[in-house]
Amino acid sequence: MTEQRVVVTGLGTINPLGNNVSDTWKNLISGVSGIDHITLFDASDLPVTFAGEVKDFDANDYLGKQNARKLDRSGHLSIFAAEEAIKDAGFDINKQLGEEFGIIFGTGIGGIGATEDAVRVYENRGSKRISPLAITQLMPNSSTGQVAIKYGIKGPSLTITTACAASANAIGEAKRMIEHNIVDKVLVGGTESGTTSMTIGAFAQIKALSKQNNEPQKACKPFDVNRDGFVMAEGSTALILESEESAIKREAKIYGYVSGYGSTTDAYHITAPSEGGEGALRAMKQAIVDADIEVKSIDYINAHGTSTPANDKNETIAIKSLMGELAYQVPISSTKSMTGHLLGGGGAFEAMVSLLSLKNNKIAPTINLNDMDEDCDLNYTPNLSIDHNIDTAMSNSFGFGGHNAVLVFEKS
Amino acid sequence: MEVNEVFEKVKGLFVEELGIDSEKITMDAKLEEDLEIDSLGIVEVVMAFEDEFEIEIDDEELTDVGTVGQAVNLLHSKL
Repeated sequence: MTEQRVVVTGLGTINPLGNNVSDTWKNLISGVSGIDHITLFDASDLPVTFAGEVKDFDANDYLGKQNARKLDRSGHLSIFAAEEAIKDAGFDINKQLGEEFGIIFGTGIGGIGATEDAVRVYENRGSKRISPLAITQLMPNSSTGQVAIKYGIKGPSLTITTACAASANAIGEAKRMIEHNIVDKVLVGGTESGTTSMTIGAFAQIKALSKQNNEPQKACKPFDVNRDGFVMAEGSTALILESEESAIKREAKIYGYVSGYGSTTDAYHITAPSEGGEGALRAMKQAIVDADIEVKSIDYINAHGTSTPANDKNETIAIKSLMGELAYQVPISSTKSMTGHLLGGGGAFEAMVSLLSLKNNKIAPTINLNDMDEDCDLNYTPNLSIDHNIDTAMSNSFGFGGHNAVLVFEKS
Repeated sequence: MEVNEVFEKVKGLFVEELGIDSEKITMDAKLEEDLEIDSLGIVEVVMAFEDEFEIEIDDEELTDVGTVGQAVNLLHSKL
């Protein structure tokens, strides 16, 4: 059998910028911040009191109370994003998608909120009062299982937990599944809902988070000299990956090719990136080889760009090592400046951004970039979106643990 | 407590705790088929009963409980 080319035929999302793809894109290119003070719980005792929360979403309204209460918030968001992607790809959400469909979700910390709740009940009321739903809500593969049940997905399934690279890895592994003719359609998702008290407290303890509590919208400033950490965010994004053959046969709308995937490990430090972004660089090189393109073909890079001092500096060095002089010309942006850090959901979200950029020939900006760090001296598309012809886009995702996943997308 | 008082309390728990439509809850309603309470839901129901009525229910006592009425009668006999 010949290797299949892989395209994306459906997108769906719920995130701090919008509860569907079109609102999200509109806000991205307008440079809107989705970050604000935390409303989901009382965060007043935490050192960080802001995050990127999903807004105007009531799971009881969406799923009915009896069903909604069985799932953690991450499960609610996954089912919501998957519905939009399935419809967008032209499938009927009321019919089982069946054995021809695989499913892969990426998440960093799964149903961490359910874990926190269960521990509180255990401490206060003993083991006999722990909810029987705790396990099925907190397990990291909960979204994969619940989305599969909801839409009848019966092919192969995986859950990937490589921290903030998770859903980029999910897309890459789905690409390989389709290329190798294991299945011709895969619903890929990336979800995180870790904007909870213990989790924010714990990330703050390792100095990973911005503490600019007074101006939440301005706190996330990738590549700026005053950046002081990332901003926690929640959301889910789903994509339908499909063989080009299948997409053409059913005359589906095509957003673009998933043409390159690189996956490497730093083997250096559990949180810090390797010196000069060595692991990231190898992943970018692999993705370019996999896509069978030259470095000069890259028209846009959606950076990992977390707004931590270490990431942005090392990612910049890695891009320079990859591209040489061309690095100073290629437009780069960090859309995390607007969404915050979707952790395990980031790869899928930024894959969606890359595909929309290809389709619209527009690049969303890095907002809050006013005072560039001298170590970060590339073209990060500061503050305003630009029109730019894009045939090829690259998206970087790197995770705690030293995981690096890079994807290349091309116009179809 | 009278049987119908127990039923009203059970009904209230099902609506409040499990989000079940109150019209569906009759003495004859089957827990699994009619109210869509699965095996995990049964554990929640038992926990809610134990808290509400301040009793303990052993797993063996549940073997013959398949309807709301049977649950109500079990609870009534334990009060």
